[in-house]
Amino acid sequence: MIYYAVIVAILVTMALALARALIGPTVYDRVLAVNMLGTKTVLLLAVAAFFIGRPDFLDLALTYALINFIGVLAVLEFFRVRAQRSLAEEKEGE
Amino acid sequence: MAMVVDVASWVLLTVGGFFVLVGGIGALRMPDLYTRMHAASVTDSLGAMLVLGGLVLQAGITLETVKLAAILIFMLFTSPTAANALASAALLAGINPGLAKPWRQEPRS
Repeated sequence: MIYYAVIVAILVTMALALARALIGPTVYDRVLAVNMLGTKTVLLLAVAAFFIGRPDFLDLALTYALINFIGVLAVLEFFRVRAQRSLAEEKEGE
Repeated sequence: MAMVVDVASWVLLTVGGFFVLVGGIGALRMPDLYTRMHAASVTDSLGAMLVLGGLVLQAGITLETVKLAAILIFMLFTSPTAANALASAALLAGINPGLAKPWRQEPRS
């Protein structure tokens, strides 16, 4: 089955992304790796839907894509506001 | 005819899996954040397109094809948006896109 190869490739990529998320070094590397992990989860769900013959998994993949996008944007907004605040404090201190 | 579609879908899935793997290796081994984003974008655009395209060929003209197309279109819209937000947030935080030596990382004033 060709699905085996694709699923193994996606799982290995998820492991690599997880390693990048663990070793960092900055918080943005971690956000990038988690975003990548999310997209790979969507792909994995889509392939798994065909692999085990249950097309309803595609709905899960679509939902996961939506949640992943919103989550990444929310985390980035949080860190962006924090960086802006620390920049403003530095300017005040000068 | 079915055989041709099957083989085409297998080729798409295999090449897509290859690009996903290459992007994952690149995201782990590239030297700084912006080059890592470059490697990760390969998996988001080319890998997703090829894998979902292969699945579309497997599905034929059914409801699944519509769902796969929705996933693909959504990912093609959101992954550049997320990459742009990530890059601008990292720039604002003072991470230098400087691979050229001498490599210094200092906050932007």
